[in-house]
Parts: sequence; structure tokens; C-alpha cells
Amino acid sequence: MAEFKQADSMYEWFDQRLGIDKFLKVMMTEYWIPKNINFLWAMGVLLTVMFTILVVSGIFLLMYYKPDVNMAFDSVNYTIMQEVGYGWLFRHIHAVGASVVFLVIYIHMFTGIYYGSYKKGREMIWISGMLLFVLFSAEGFSGYMLPWGQMSYWAAYVITEIFGGIPLIGGDLVVWIRGNFYVSDSTLTRFFMLHVLLVPLAIIGAIVLHFYALRFPHVNNEAGEFFDFDKESEKYLAGDKKNSKVVPFWPVFLSKDFFVLGFFLLFFFYLVFFHYDFAMDPVNFDKADGLKTPAHIYPEWYFLWSYEVLRGFFFEIAGISGKSLGLIAFAFAQGVFFVLPWLDRSPMVKPANQRPYFKYWFWFLIADLIVLTIFGKLPPTGANAWVGFASSITFLMLFITLPFITRAEAKKVGGK
Amino acid sequence: MKEFKILAIIAALVGITYYGIEPYAHHVMHPEVKAADFAFEDLKNVDTSLAGNVDNGKVLVEANCIACHSIEKAGHLQIMSNADAAAAYGVVPPDLSSSGRIYDKNYLANFIFDPVSAMHLSHKYPVGGAKAFPMPAYNWMQPQEIMDVVAYLQSIAPKVAGKDAHKETYAAACGRCHSMSYAKFEATTSKDAIKAYMGATPPDLSQYIKSRKEHYLHGFINDPQLLLAGTSMPRVGLSEKAQEEVIAYMEETGDSKKAERESVGLWVMLYTFVFAILAYLWKRKIWSEVH
Repeated sequence: MAEFKQADSMYEWFDQRLGIDKFLKVMMTEYWIPKNINFLWAMGVLLTVMFTILVVSGIFLLMYYKPDVNMAFDSVNYTIMQEVGYGWLFRHIHAVGASVVFLVIYIHMFTGIYYGSYKKGREMIWISGMLLFVLFSAEGFSGYMLPWGQMSYWAAYVITEIFGGIPLIGGDLVVWIRGNFYVSDSTLTRFFMLHVLLVPLAIIGAIVLHFYALRFPHVNNEAGEFFDFDKESEKYLAGDKKNSKVVPFWPVFLSKDFFVLGFFLLFFFYLVFFHYDFAMDPVNFDKADGLKTPAHIYPEWYFLWSYEVLRGFFFEIAGISGKSLGLIAFAFAQGVFFVLPWLDRSPMVKPANQRPYFKYWFWFLIADLIVLTIFGKLPPTGANAWVGFASSITFLMLFITLPFITRAEAKKVGGK
Repeated sequence: MKEFKILAIIAALVGITYYGIEPYAHHVMHPEVKAADFAFEDLKNVDTSLAGNVDNGKVLVEANCIACHSIEKAGHLQIMSNADAAAAYGVVPPDLSSSGRIYDKNYLANFIFDPVSAMHLSHKYPVGGAKAFPMPAYNWMQPQEIMDVVAYLQSIAPKVAGKDAHKETYAAACGRCHSMSYAKFEATTSKDAIKAYMGATPPDLSQYIKSRKEHYLHGFINDPQLLLAGTSMPRVGLSEKAQEEVIAYMEETGDSKKAERESVGLWVMLYTFVFAILAYLWKRKIWSEVH
């Protein structure tokens, strides 16, 4: 047991017991971030804030929401939206926030891809980030079911049906997931549990892992430059702040993040109050009806690209049904981003525009994902179906050819 | 400067995606149809330029209409209960008190002449078909007589305005079939009776302002067949003003916090803007030491 001397102040009393001084240094004032960064480096803090906003608004909604097929719809659209003081505000923040959080996730993710922040020691940052993407997807999907509107019901029906395509266990798996032979009360209550307990817990765990994974390889910078963080931080502490390549997390890095956050929140609140239809689909204001299929069923916008990969294969090829091919492509699309650090065989850590071949790959991928997203919403008839097929094939080919493209690039740049 | 370039690229990519999945997809899934026609120009059976005679109209209404229709404003009370009336006619016949106020004049005249063609329900009630619409056509009446009836109905219609009019118009125009549970309004024809009469239960309209939106309702109420071919819902023939009152009632019921949302929204955005400016100034101060 360490010896304790009489504390002279409350701060010292806590410091003796909790090591506040040291903790703040490690977490804030001596947690070093590269100086050569742009506003894209603020997305992590934006996501942390958005997640907090979602948790807080979710807690308020939880006080009035009823996870029961007979009460869910009215508890949301009448009780919360019209009776509870400012209930509508929390619902709008929660629904729009859930959509906008994916926009920021995608920007965060493609910033990482653009600057090559997933390789040379940063693999665990990337993997924990992708894990968060999957968990947020599960959170978004389970949450979308809760208002029990037509789109809640039919999206749940279509997505759970996907698992039925898995060989041997598919049929049983669908029943196990739904807790019934069709989407029903048991499905709603278990998705409620997932949405408010299990998935959020997993997300919090994955966020901790993601932050921890940043500690050793350090945050990447705009030029992809590797330097000695210890040396640069000593320079900073010695007072040579202008020549040091690093800045402390607090207050320097966060001051920039707050500035970006301010303008981001302005945009976010504009959507919350004045432009929310994209996140609160009108179709979902019709109560779920298992006997009445809506004319068009589509997932929320952030799932459209993978949904289009799933349905892009609409005909049999080499004796394998379109449905099975779509399922295989869908599984591929869900998993392939995880192994990106190993598909990129080039040692270059540089912004994509400075990489001779990768830059084409990157912008091709962005264009393809936009095409997939747009056609994922349109009815899959006539020419649309073929655009979907072509862009799905393109998506698969991009990832299959990536190792060859980047190996050629490595050769060209001579391992630099 | 470089950061603005990055921002512009992201804004362009997000903008293209947004355009594709919202306005464009909406346009593909819900093609524009003919604009709403509040003159009901397709109806030409009755010469509506004739000036109606209120006194003669009163005589004609009392001789021809009140056997089935109540007109409470003129002292003709409903003689059957709603349940009995629904059993007798299929649907509770409308009280005619406000007909002169809420229905377009041309529509009303042509409706009296031939209800089925005015309502665009010939697919449900074909000439010589097994089912007949409960109200017979008064095509044997002279145009002058029909215009007298219209003039009388217009003369007795109560003058109401504001929120009272919203509710009254909804009750008269929609409320015999459509409940509005969020406004604690129950359709006068019972669920079972209306289902038997229409072939399906007409939906509760509590959230229709949100699920269908004003633009769709504007066209749909004016002529349901244009947007939902084959539906049992008749064209009801509301004047533009009366239709606006119905939509206003739907909004008061389904989106009651709209005004609060818009005013709170402005304050929140103002607050956030001040925060953003302060954050920017603080950032400039902090970063001036490290650059």
C-alpha cells in the first residue's frame, strides 16, 4: 500500500486516489495528434457526439415507447409525436440522427481509404472501425422496425428473408431470428431488446476498442508521413510548438473539432426541423399490415448499395439461381471491406491522388457505390435491372482486381 | 482553400446521391398526373349559368330529397339511427346542411343529375349492373330545377370559418366512411357496414397528412381514380376551399406540433450558429500558437 500524505485540496485528494493528473495527460493534454490534418479528421469526434445524441434522445423515447404490435405505432405517432412535451423533438433527432450518422460514417470510412489509413500498423483501427459499421447497421436496422409502420414491417420481412437463402440451415434460421414463422410480435420485442440493449453495449465496447487501437500506430496525417511521435511531442512540450509536427488532443485538436462540429450541427438541425422526410419515410406512417404489400419496398438509404448488390443478380448463371448469386455477392460485400488492408498490396501510405493506380480504383469505387445506391431505390425493372447487374459486377470486380492493381503500383513506385 | 475544395467534392457527391434517392426516385415511383381540376370541367350535363330560384328549390328538396337525407339546418332531423340508416342504404346518407357550402356548384348540379358519373364510379356501378348506387339519378329534372335545388342548398348552408370549418367540412365530406382516431372522431357508418358497402375498410386518416403528404392529397381528393385507379373512393367534388379545410383538419390532427417544430427549429439553429462562430474564433486563437 502506497503512503498517503494529508491532501491539501480536494483536487489533490482525488488525484492521490484516481491519478487525475496523469489520466488527463494521457487522455487529453499529452495525447498527440498530427498537425497536418484537414476537417475530415474531425469525423471521429462528430461520430462520438452523434452517438451520444442518439443515446440521449433514445433514452427519452424509451420512456414512452411500447414494444407491442398493437401499441407500437400509436405510442410513436400519437403519444410521442403529439402528446408528450417535445416528444416529437426527440423522435426527429433520433430518426434523422440515425440517418446522418451513416453519412458521417461513410465520410469517415472513405477518408480512411483515401489516405491509406488502414495499413502499415493501422489494421486494427480499420477492423475495429468496420466492426462498428456492422454494429451500427444492426442498430439502424433493428431500430427501423420499432415504429411498426409499413416500411418497418416489410423491410424486416425482406431482410430476415435473406437469411433463408443460406444452405441447409436457412429456413430454420429465419424462424429463429423472427421468433415465429412470420414477422410478428415476437420479432418486434426481440429487435427492441437488440436495439436498446445488446447492440448498444456492443457498440460502446467497439468504440473503446477503436479508440484504444489508435494509441500505438497513431492517427494518420494528410501526407501519409511517418515520423517519431516521441521526438515531436518533446519538441512541443519544450515550447517549440510551431515546428513540432504534433498537437495535443486537448485543447488544440478538439478546438478544431468543435468548430467543424458547430457547422455540422447547424446542417443536422436544419434536417431535424425542416427536412426530415429522407429519414422518416412517409410510407412508414401507415401502420404495419402483413396483408398489404407496399408498391415499392426499399431499405433506408445507407443500405441501398448492399441491397442493390443483393438483387443485382436477377437471373440464373451456370445453374446457380439469381437469388443464391445475389446472396453470395451480398455476403462478399459485407465482408470484403474488413480485409481491405490485405487486398491493398502497395506499401504506399499516401493520399489516393498521389498513388498512380489506386486513385483510379478509389474514384471508380465511389462512382460505383453511388450508382448502386441510386439504383437500389429505383424499381428493378427493364434497364434498371441491368444497370444494377452491371454495377454489382463492377463492385465485385473492383475488389477482386485490387491486389493486382496495387501490386503493379508497388512495382511502379519501387516499394516506396 | 484546400479544405473548401474537399468540402465541395463531398457536397457534390452527397448532392448527386441525394438527388437520385429522393427527388428522382420519387418522380419515378410517383409519376405526375393531371393537375387537380376544381371546375370539374368534364361534367357538362347541367347548364350552371342558369340562376337558381331558392323558393322553388326548397319545394323541390322537400319533395325529392328529405325522404332519405336529413337537413338539420332546415329542421329536417335524421329519422333513423346511424346503424339503421347504414343497414338500409349501405352507408349513412349525408346530411345536406352544408352541401351548398362545401361542394363545387358545377359538381353538385351534375351530381344530382347523375351521381355515378360525377363520382367517377362507373367501374363500380356500370349501367345495368347488378349493384345500383343508393341515390337515383335525377336526370329527368329540368336544368332550371336542378339549379333551383343548388341555389336552395347554398342559401341554407351555415357560414363557418377557421378551425370549426375544418372539422365540419371533414365530418360532412369524409366522416361518413373515414375515422380519425387521433382526433377521437369515429366514422358515422360502422366498420362492418362500410366494409360490406365499399368492399374494404376505408382507412383511418389520422396520419395521412404524413404518409400521403399535402401534394398527393391535393390531387387525390380532387379525383381519386387518377392516382389510385379502381379505388372504391368516390370523387367527392369539394370546392378548392373546402378541400383545403379538409387537409387543414388532417394536418391539425396528424401533425399537431408543426408550428412548434418550426419555431423551435429557428431558435435551435440560431443557437447552434452562435456556437459555431464562437468555436471558430476559439479555434483561430488556439491554432495561431501552433502555426
